[in-house]
Amino acid sequence: MPDPEILVENPWRILTRFTDARIGLGRVGVSLPTRELLAFQLAHAQARDAVHLPLDFDRLEADLAASDAIAALGKPGRARTKASDRDTYLRNPGMGEKLHPESAKELDGHAEAPDLALVVADGLSSLAVQQNAVPFLDALLAAMESEGLDRPAAPVLVAQGRVAIGDDVGALLGAKAVLVLIGERPGLSSPDSLGLYFTWAPETGLSDARRNCISNVRPGGLSPDRAAKRAVYLMREAHAIGASGVALKDRSTEDTTIEAAQRSFLAPPERDGQGT
Amino acid sequence: MADGFTHTVGQRTYRFGDLAELMAKATPERSGDRLAGVAAETAEERAVAQMCLAELPLKRFLTDALVPYETDEVTRLILDSHDTEAFAPVSHLSVGDFRDWLLSDHATPEALEALRPGLMPEMVAAVSKIMRNQDLILVAKKTRVVTAFRSTIGLPGHLATRLQPNHPTDDVNGIAASILDGLMYGSGDAVIGINPATDNVAQAIRLSQLVSDIIEGYAIPTQSCILTHVTNTLECIEAGAPVDLVFQSIGGTEATNASFGFALKDLAEARDAALSLKRGTVGQNVMYFETGQGSSLSAEAHHGLDQQTCEARAYGVARAFDPLLTNTVVGFIGPEYLYDGKEILRAGLEDHFCGKLLGVPMGCDVCYTNHAEADQDDMDTLMTLLGVAGVNFIMGIPGADDIMLNYQTTSFHDALYLRRALDLSPAPEFRAWLERMAILDPDGYRLSGGVPEGFAASLGRLPADA
Repeated sequence: MPDPEILVENPWRILTRFTDARIGLGRVGVSLPTRELLAFQLAHAQARDAVHLPLDFDRLEADLAASDAIAALGKPGRARTKASDRDTYLRNPGMGEKLHPESAKELDGHAEAPDLALVVADGLSSLAVQQNAVPFLDALLAAMESEGLDRPAAPVLVAQGRVAIGDDVGALLGAKAVLVLIGERPGLSSPDSLGLYFTWAPETGLSDARRNCISNVRPGGLSPDRAAKRAVYLMREAHAIGASGVALKDRSTEDTTIEAAQRSFLAPPERDGQGT
Repeated sequence: MADGFTHTVGQRTYRFGDLAELMAKATPERSGDRLAGVAAETAEERAVAQMCLAELPLKRFLTDALVPYETDEVTRLILDSHDTEAFAPVSHLSVGDFRDWLLSDHATPEALEALRPGLMPEMVAAVSKIMRNQDLILVAKKTRVVTAFRSTIGLPGHLATRLQPNHPTDDVNGIAASILDGLMYGSGDAVIGINPATDNVAQAIRLSQLVSDIIEGYAIPTQSCILTHVTNTLECIEAGAPVDLVFQSIGGTEATNASFGFALKDLAEARDAALSLKRGTVGQNVMYFETGQGSSLSAEAHHGLDQQTCEARAYGVARAFDPLLTNTVVGFIGPEYLYDGKEILRAGLEDHFCGKLLGVPMGCDVCYTNHAEADQDDMDTLMTLLGVAGVNFIMGIPGADDIMLNYQTTSFHDALYLRRALDLSPAPEFRAWLERMAILDPDGYRLSGGVPEGFAASLGRLPADA
């Protein structure tokens, strides 16, 4: 047991049931206790590794092949961008948005004008992709099948890719739409967050305004099933209106974020709680 | 001057095509200027550009607009509001002589304050480029910018914090939990400011009410701010929401601000609306601005300028609206603009110096993202140096981890470290409240450890575990 004279604990630590924020950490003097310092360093190390450890594409391909539904789509394509290494990728985001000419040549003919192209890119978290891509794709294929949608093309796996690389790949394949699975910028408490970006009628050079995003797919966040349902919703809507991005309002989640005005536990009952 | 600028070192003559190029090439190295293709190509070219810039008369900035007057309202604001009389004491100086003057004992706090309306952001940016970190600190320390609403921010010997209780789904109890944590750690005297996860008017009204209930309920001498678009805040005010401060991210060119979806007249309109509410008690500074190097390039609105000059022009925008707080969010934008701890450190000191010299109440979000080459040690260094330089406020967040915006900024503990290490006090009104609530011992040094009665009661009212 730590000496309570040295390490002052905070009785409001029980409030962690309302938030993942690092509240009630306690203090030594006014500084962080050793246990909290080390927990932070570990979380930061994991986030750094997510950015810098390369995605293991061979392992990813093996994991994809182990799923019958995904394997049925065919052999995944492989591609790289103009960003030759991580340092270039970080300093020059534009390079991660363009296919390397050799990859462009190889991908030509990977699939014949599919309704949907799937792109899996490392992005800023290899961990997110390694951990969440297969469960999400399984859920997506199941959701698409139950909605009667055509099967997508076999996924294209891209190294040193940014979000916009999906438009390049989608355009090259002549796809009607593209869905990008990509590792999001890792947070300290969420180094494993997978992002999904959907574009209708992909072509090179589109702005963010033409894409829809589904964020935070990870075990502690949005589940693969819910993410897949939202992705299928976007596909259906995009097909109906012939557009994606700002023109396509994602109403699948409306009414869940804005509740009726609700008072917090901290709001004093009509001003009688001023302490002194 | 169609011929641009030349400077000869030994056998070699360097040529700089125009003032924008000279400014960019004289800028200490950072990734964003390389990304924009405006940085010096060699270390020698940078050093020579600094020599060349040092010889430039300050007056030159009055005639050589870096962004055209005709097409940019920020340039018009800067030039139209320039005060020739205030400029007189330094009007005969070159950029290099201006550095010497700033560091001399002639540049007293009073002289620097009188000079403010005579300084253009571009002049301040220029001189910062030929100053070392210690120069930026020493001159900033001589400049004081004091503002007030329900608390007084920026007094010598004081350091305030923005309590930033963000939550990824705006859960009211999640936000309140972080607010309680912060208040118990003496945080929140600059503002309690929330970045909403769901960004629309209805949500901003809800969150305004949430924070207002707490501020009024416990009679806390601070102010609230919901960091939503200026036009949203205007609608909140029209709908009768308890708005203290109007927030907006601002940049240094008209095109940057257009990419943020506002023009200067929108800031004026929202400021007037907030002033009409008369909610301040010890002052009426009602604006909260955020800035950051790289925003103009990111919006492809930099007109070939380096990112630090664009940033200084953003302070030219800020000071026209008498803000309570202006916050440079220095490491948030990512490594393509500021690559590592060294570049973030330099940028933080430059921003604080430039803003203060122009009369802007500068705070700094001492921060980094996980894909930048930076860590907590770098943040310790920057916050300490900014504390020495007299920064008005820093952020305060539980455990330095923003679980909504996914980046690391300074924690409640960090601010207490800084106050203790540099003998700084919270805003006077807020300190009195902390003592009244028995959160802070009357010596102003120790936290008392218990939970004050009112807050203990709120913990007692917690619903049973769901």
